Amino acid sequence: MNLSEIPIGSCATVTKVSGDGPVSKRLMEMGVIPGVEVCVIKTAPLGDPIEISLRGYHLAVRKNEAEAIEVTR
Amino acid sequence: MSEAPKPKSEESQSRWVVALAGNPNSGKTTLFNSLTGLRQKVANYPGVTVEKKEGAWKVEGKDISLIDLPGLSSLDAASPDEKIARDVLTGSVSGTSLPDCVVAVVDATNLERHLYLVTQVAEFGIPVVIALTMTDLADREGIVLDASALSDSLKMPVIPIRAISGEGLGELGAAVAKACEEKRSPQVLWGSDDTSGIHDTFSVAADVRSQIFARYKFISDVFQRGVRGVKIPERATTAKLDAVLTHRFFGPIILIAILLLVFQSIFSWANLPMDLLEKGFGALADLVRARLPEGIFADLIADGIIAGVGGVMVFLPQILLLFLFISLLEDTGYMARAAFMLDRLMTRFGLHGKAFLPLISSFACAIPGILSTRTIESSRDRLITIMVAPLMSCSARLPVYTLMIATFFSGDKVFGFVSVGALMMLAMYGLGILVAIIASLVLKKTALRSANVPFVMELPPYRLPNIRGVFQQMLNRASQFVQNAGTVILAISIVLWALTYFPRHDETHFDAAQHTVAIKGTAPDAALEAHRLEDSYAGRIGRAVEPVLEPLGFDWKIGVGLIASFAAREVFVSTMSIIYNVGGDSDAESPTLVEAVKAAKKPDGSPAWTPLTAVTLMVFFVLAMQCMSTIAVVYRETASLGWTVFLVVYMTGLAYGAAFATFQIGRYMGY
Repeated sequence: MNLSEIPIGSCATVTKVSGDGPVSKRLMEMGVIPGVEVCVIKTAPLGDPIEISLRGYHLAVRKNEAEAIEVTR
Repeated sequence: MSEAPKPKSEESQSRWVVALAGNPNSGKTTLFNSLTGLRQKVANYPGVTVEKKEGAWKVEGKDISLIDLPGLSSLDAASPDEKIARDVLTGSVSGTSLPDCVVAVVDATNLERHLYLVTQVAEFGIPVVIALTMTDLADREGIVLDASALSDSLKMPVIPIRAISGEGLGELGAAVAKACEEKRSPQVLWGSDDTSGIHDTFSVAADVRSQIFARYKFISDVFQRGVRGVKIPERATTAKLDAVLTHRFFGPIILIAILLLVFQSIFSWANLPMDLLEKGFGALADLVRARLPEGIFADLIADGIIAGVGGVMVFLPQILLLFLFISLLEDTGYMARAAFMLDRLMTRFGLHGKAFLPLISSFACAIPGILSTRTIESSRDRLITIMVAPLMSCSARLPVYTLMIATFFSGDKVFGFVSVGALMMLAMYGLGILVAIIASLVLKKTALRSANVPFVMELPPYRLPNIRGVFQQMLNRASQFVQNAGTVILAISIVLWALTYFPRHDETHFDAAQHTVAIKGTAPDAALEAHRLEDSYAGRIGRAVEPVLEPLGFDWKIGVGLIASFAAREVFVSTMSIIYNVGGDSDAESPTLVEAVKAAKKPDGSPAWTPLTAVTLMVFFVLAMQCMSTIAVVYRETASLGWTVFLVVYMTGLAYGAAFATFQIGRYMGY
């Protein structure tokens, strides 16, 4: 399951960031790496991007970017 | 004499260079401002548009040259900012010497994220001193930091500071002096022993992954040892504000209100100081003319140089106001929310969420709009925004639309109450927006196509802005505009003045009286002025390009107006007044000018202007790139002659094509 499938208000643990393009690299550099707990806070008024929190800070990611983040609950 | 250079070179050798690195929102800019005060120099790095901020910092009686690197979340070389930062840290930027040590600014409330940059910087082998900011906020959020434990596990000095009150800055200075003196490379305690290879193994995916994981694993250890009583920051205030500010329904409404406020300020509030500036420079020109003997010299000073300088200064109120708002929006953290809310909408048009503010601003004037694209980190997204921003109908086009509408469509109504003029005006704005959307989509699909540029953007907690920093940024932008684009604008306006002024050989022989007889009721002065313009190089160019303009229904007089409007689009109106003998002071709605335009005839006796010509001219003005100031700013901001030429060619090409189609189809339909 990936992060875009996690309902708003819930948290999950990252298992993998797939792909090796600039998006996944950027996500990992921002600290989205296996073992980290990520919570989904809200979606933007137009439905995309979404706001997530991890390591005590908040991040906006597009839904297609969130799909690269594999998680387990 | 021969001894003079020696102490100087010794001094420059002992003058340390220190780079200041940190994430955006880390408090880096505030620290830079309090360390250097007003002893700052802002320029661009050679060949790119990344800002280079340098300042003098006095530590223990020694002058340190402090280089403020751009705000970075990693040293990935993915963006121009990150690439420049890497180049500075490897000493490969010309004109910037290799730093003796680095001050890494770390936000105590966002320790793990910000320590990531520290690990990357340390890998460059330059001594690192950590300035720990926002410790008071961390206290309030229940995070207990042990600076000495952090320092022990990082093997780097960690100095808690408060930039605004000046707390800890002395200790920071002492630590920096020690680090620069000792020049001991930081120990890289994470993962790979082979750090020499990391700079070029970034393309290999597996290595990148393990490198990133190793850094974060180390950071987690440091975090566990240095932070006690860990409590995940609640961001209670931020959460409450976001509940409203990015609310599904209220969020967009507040956003629209803020954008309207910004637009209103540069569209109308800036008018008062702009008028004052224009009047001031006008008065100065009159004064010079009164004092100097009549002749070319007085005309050059008054109409060429003073008018040119005035033409640069007149942009300042808009630039200052827009950057006041931008600094406030960025400092408080709202800008990231605006991009968050608008991203979905703007991606559909091939634009970044942050492109909205520059484009809205461009309805007032493309100059501040283009300058404000610097808030867009991705260079491709930024370039697309710059390429379409001049298509927004700016306030300088309004007088042209107004003249055309006042002349030909003023009384007409549709359905008895909707004025044709208002519809026409709306259509012109709409045309600009439509073409901008198409152009950005085309650019995104062709020349500026890119692999997925990540959107991934931090949403920082809301914070009160630092007023001093806000004003400093405003002044920096303004002075950069004057230095960079201002000089180009001044040079071109003098050239344009010369084109409308020369040649002047036979003016004493011109028989104003004879001319006045021919055109009854006009003053001899106005007739002389008209004659001079006709005879000038601009007039000759206008005549020379007449065959090109003929398919658009324009005669050579309109051609002269188009050439003169290169100085600023609204100059078209005053040029028409001069050329139709009604004197240069008429504005777009003055009845004499309206009558003169209606009465103007082509040499064959047919009217020079029809309603169709008016519409064609408006379409041309919507699309054509005929503003030298915009061209100068685009050249400075893109640092690319190619893109500047492309902008001029594509817009003017579109303008010609659209005007051609309008006129020919209109004529075919019998208008």
